[in-house]
Amino acid sequence: MFQPRSIQSSMTFRDKIMSMDYVLVLSIFLLGIVSMFAMYSTDGGKFDYHTKSHILRFGVFFLMFLVISLFQIRFWYQTSTLLYLSFFILLLGVKYFGLTSSGSQRWLNFYFMNLQPSELMKIGLILFLAKYYHRISTQDVNRIKFLFLPVVALVAPVLLVVAQPDLGTSILIALGGITVSWLAGVRVKFFAYASILFISLTPIAIAFLKPYQKARILTFLNPDRDPLGAGYQIIQSKIAIGSGGIFGKGFLNGSQSYLDYLPEKHTDFIFTLFSEEFGFVGSLFILILYSIIILRLIKIGDVTRSSFGKLYCYSFATAFFIYVAVNMGMVLGLLPIVGAPLPIMSYGGSSMLAIMLGLGIAMSCKIYKDTPVN
Amino acid sequence: MINFGSGNTVIKSKLISRRMFVLTAAKTIVFCGIFGRLVSLQINEATKYKTLSDKNRFREWKLAPQRGVIRDYFDKEIASNEKVYQLHITPENSPNLETLFFRLKTILNLSDKRIFYLKRKIAKQKPWEPIIVSDNLTWSEFSRINLFLHELPGVEPIVSVARQYPDQSTAHLVGYVSQVSQKDLQKKQYLKDMSVGIAVGKTGLENKLDKDIIGKVGFQRYEVNAFGKRIKQIQIDPGESGKNYRTTLDLEIQKYTSEVLEDKAASVCVMDIYNGDIITMASSPSYDPNSFVHGIDKKYWNELISNEKKPLNNKAIAGLYPPGSTIKIIVALSALENGIWNPKKYLNCSGVTELYGEKFHCWKKKGHGPMNMRSAIQRSCDVYFYEVARLLGVDRLSETAKKFGLGKKVLDGFIEERPGVVPSTAWKRKFIGKNWYLGETLHSGIGQGYFQSTPLQLCLMTAQIANGGFEIKPRVLTNEKKNNLREYIKYKNENPNEPLPIDMLVSNFDLKPLFRNQENINFVKDAMFAATNEAGGTSFRSRYNDQKFMFAGKTGSSQIKRFTELQRELEIKQKDIDYKDRDHALFVAFAPYSDPKYAISVVVEHGGTGSGSAAPIAKKVIKKVLERDQLRENVKNLIGEEI
Repeated sequence: MFQPRSIQSSMTFRDKIMSMDYVLVLSIFLLGIVSMFAMYSTDGGKFDYHTKSHILRFGVFFLMFLVISLFQIRFWYQTSTLLYLSFFILLLGVKYFGLTSSGSQRWLNFYFMNLQPSELMKIGLILFLAKYYHRISTQDVNRIKFLFLPVVALVAPVLLVVAQPDLGTSILIALGGITVSWLAGVRVKFFAYASILFISLTPIAIAFLKPYQKARILTFLNPDRDPLGAGYQIIQSKIAIGSGGIFGKGFLNGSQSYLDYLPEKHTDFIFTLFSEEFGFVGSLFILILYSIIILRLIKIGDVTRSSFGKLYCYSFATAFFIYVAVNMGMVLGLLPIVGAPLPIMSYGGSSMLAIMLGLGIAMSCKIYKDTPVN
Repeated sequence: MINFGSGNTVIKSKLISRRMFVLTAAKTIVFCGIFGRLVSLQINEATKYKTLSDKNRFREWKLAPQRGVIRDYFDKEIASNEKVYQLHITPENSPNLETLFFRLKTILNLSDKRIFYLKRKIAKQKPWEPIIVSDNLTWSEFSRINLFLHELPGVEPIVSVARQYPDQSTAHLVGYVSQVSQKDLQKKQYLKDMSVGIAVGKTGLENKLDKDIIGKVGFQRYEVNAFGKRIKQIQIDPGESGKNYRTTLDLEIQKYTSEVLEDKAASVCVMDIYNGDIITMASSPSYDPNSFVHGIDKKYWNELISNEKKPLNNKAIAGLYPPGSTIKIIVALSALENGIWNPKKYLNCSGVTELYGEKFHCWKKKGHGPMNMRSAIQRSCDVYFYEVARLLGVDRLSETAKKFGLGKKVLDGFIEERPGVVPSTAWKRKFIGKNWYLGETLHSGIGQGYFQSTPLQLCLMTAQIANGGFEIKPRVLTNEKKNNLREYIKYKNENPNEPLPIDMLVSNFDLKPLFRNQENINFVKDAMFAATNEAGGTSFRSRYNDQKFMFAGKTGSSQIKRFTELQRELEIKQKDIDYKDRDHALFVAFAPYSDPKYAISVVVEHGGTGSGSAAPIAKKVIKKVLERDQLRENVKNLIGEEI
C-alpha cells in the first residue's frame, strides 16, 4: 500500500510521457497516415469531404488518445461502471431518438457528430467486466450467482444492438464480453452451455432476421447464388483484392473502387481498396501494423500488475484483433458480410472514438502499470 | 486493498496469462489464415482476378462497317451507300422514358405499336445499350429532332450510312440487304462478332458476296463504371469497310432491257460468248430493293407476294421453263455428232405423226411439207424432230444438253439459282421411279415433257454454240476466273490463214471443245441464221438487214397446258386463251452473225409464241448491246484487261 503510492507520487509528467509505449503510438500514427491516403483515394483523388472529415477525426481522436493515456488507471477503474451505464443509456436513447439510415436505427444526433453508441459499448462492456472480475475472487468466478451479472451486462446491450438492427456490431460487442469472461477464468463448460443455448435459440433468432440479413448468410455460403445481388459485394471485393497482384495497381489507380464496383469503400471495404492499389505488399504492411498494435497491447497486459489492467488490456487486444480479423475475413470472402469496420482505417467517427478510447485506456495501463487500481 | 501482490492476485494473474496464451495462439492461427488468403488471392490467382477486373472495367461497343460498293462494268454504282439520318435512344441517359416517348410521338409520328415494341426491347437490354428508334428519318424529321434536342435527354440523332440501290433493274441480280435475323446469325460464321442490327445480304450478289463485302466490324472500347456509364474511351478501331466489287454488268443495257420488258413477267440474259461475262440479266417485273433495307412495310410486302408475276423471283436463274423448240438446236447437234442423221435427209411433215397409236402434232396444223434438217430448224418443224429424237434416244440427247450447260447451276453462290432438269432414262428411274417411254423421247425432242431450264442456261447453251463450241464459264464479277477463249480469238484474228487443229487449241489455249466435229456446230449456226434471216424462218419478222446487227436465233414456246383436240380443231390463237394458260415464249440468239460476240436468251412467261413476243424483245436488246460493244472494248483496252 505504501510502495505504490510512492511510485505514483514520484512520477513526474516527464516520466509519464517517457513511459508511454512509443512503438504503439507510432504504429497507430502510421496506420492513421495510411488511412488518410486510402480515404483520399476513395474520394477519387480529391481532397474531398471524406478525406477532410477523416483527417479531422483522426487528428482530434489521436490527441484525445494521448491525453487520456495520462489519466490515472484508477480513474478508469472507478468510472468503468458509470461509463458502461451511460453507454447503455445512450443505446436506449438510440431506440427512442435514434436516426435511421439504410433501414437501421443506430445513431444519436449530437450537433457536432452523429454518435453510434453501439461502437462505444464495445469498450464499455470490456471495461465493466474487467472491473467486475477484478473485484471478485478466482473461486467465485464460476459460482452461478456471480455469473448472473456478467450475463445480463452482456446480453442486454447485445439485444439492443441486434434490434437496431446491426448484426455485425452486436457480434463484436458479445465477443468482447465473452473474451473478458474467458480470461477471468469462467469454465469452459459454461461457454459450452451458452453455445448450446445459443444454437437452440438460433432458429428463433432467424425468424427475427431481416430478409437482407438472411440473404447475406446464404450468400456467404455460396456467393455465386446471386452474383448481382447479395453476392455482388463479396465477388467484387475478391476481384479488387486479387487483381491488385503483388505490387498493386498504384495509388489512385484502383479501377474497381474508382469505377464504383466496390460498395461501401470508405467504411467496411477500405482494406479492399488499399489492397487493390498497393497489392500484396501493401496488404502485408497493414497486416503487420495491426499485428504490432495487438502485440504491443498484449505486452502492456503482460507488464500491468493489476488484474483489472491485465483483463482490460488482454481483452481489448483480443477485441481489436477480432475487429481486424472479422473485417479482413469479410472482404477476403472468408466470412459473411456483417458490417464491421476496420479499426482506424475505416471512415466513421464513433468507431474511431471507441478505438482511440480503448487504446488510451490501454496506454494508461502502461503508464500506471505498477499502480494499484483500488 | 491489501491483496495487491497477495496470493489470490498471483493465482488470478497466472490464470489470466494462461488463458491469454490460448487466445494468442488462436490469433496467430487466424492471422496466418488471413495471410494465406492474401497469398492465394493476390499472388496465386492474381491473373484470374485481373482478367475479371478488366472484364468489369472495359466494355466494347461495336461499330457496323460500311458495305463495299458494287459497280457495273463502267464503274457506275449499282449498290452504294448513302447517308441516312437515324435516331437512337440511350435509356440510361433519359430520366423519364414515358415523357420522352410522348414527346417523340408528337415530333415523329411514331405509332403506338412501334412505341410498345421499343419499350419491350428496352426492357430486354442493358440500359447503356442504345436502341434505334428510327433508322431512316427524313431531313425534316431529323432537323425537327435537332431543334428540340435540348428537351430530349437520352436522344441521339446520328448520321449513318445505309445500303442504297440506285436502280430497280438490277434488283434481282444484286439482291438486297436487310436486318440480320436469328437464322443468319446461326448459319453464317462471319457474323459472329458483328453487332446486332447489322444489315446482311439476303439474296443475289449481296448474299453471295456477303462475307467479304460486309467489311470488318470495328469497336470502341470504353472504361465504364459499375453503373455502365462510360468514363473514358480507351481504344477505337473503326473497322474496315467491305471489299468493292466490279461486275460484268452494263447498267445502261440492264436499264434499257427493263424498259423493254415493261411489266411483262419475263427475263433477258445477255452473255459475252467468249469470256462468259454476263452483260445483262434482267428479270421483270422488278421491285424496290431499297424497301428491304430499313425493314419492308407490310403493305408493300403483301403486294409483292400476291403479284402473280412474282416480282421477287429472279426468273433468269430461278425461273424454270421447258426449253421448247430452242432445244432443237441441241437435238440436231446431238444427232449429227452421234452420226445418226444425215442433215440432207428429207422428211415429209403432214402436221401430225403417230407412235403406238398416240398422235404427236406439229405446231403447224397443216404441216410443213418436205423438210430437211436446216429447214426444220428454220421453220421449227416438230414432226421432223420427233423422228430425229426417236432415233437419237433420250440418253444421247441428254448427254449433249448437259454438255452445253443445261440441267446444272451456271453461277456460283447464288442461293436462288435452280439447276433445272435434263431428263434421261436414268433420271426418270431415280426421281420418278418409272421406266422411260418412247413417247416421252418425242416430247423431249421438242423441249417439252420433263425438260426444265433457266433462261441463263439457255443463254449459255447458245453462247457455247455461237463461239464455235467451246466451254465457257459465265461470270458476273470481273475478278472471277477468266476464260481463255479470247486469247484464241485474238490469235485467230492475227493469223487468219493458219487454222489450228483442235488438239492444238486444247493444248495451247486450254480450251475445252464440246464437239466432235466443229462442222456440226457450224451447221447449227447456219440453220439458226436461216431461222431469222431467210423467208419462212420463225423469227424472220424480227431480223435486221444491217450486217452490223444481223443475228441468228431460234424461237421456242413451251406448253403450259396441253392443247385439246377441240382447240386444235378451232385453231385457237394463244392470245385468245387465259393469261395463265398461255405458252411461255422463248427466244435464243447470237449476234452479230458475221462475227459473233454475244448470246441472248429471252423468256416471256405466258407470252404466247416465241416469234410473237420474245424475238422482238431480243431484237431491241441486241441492237443496244451491239451499239455499246465498242464502249466495252474501249474499257477493256483502257485497263489493259484480259483480252
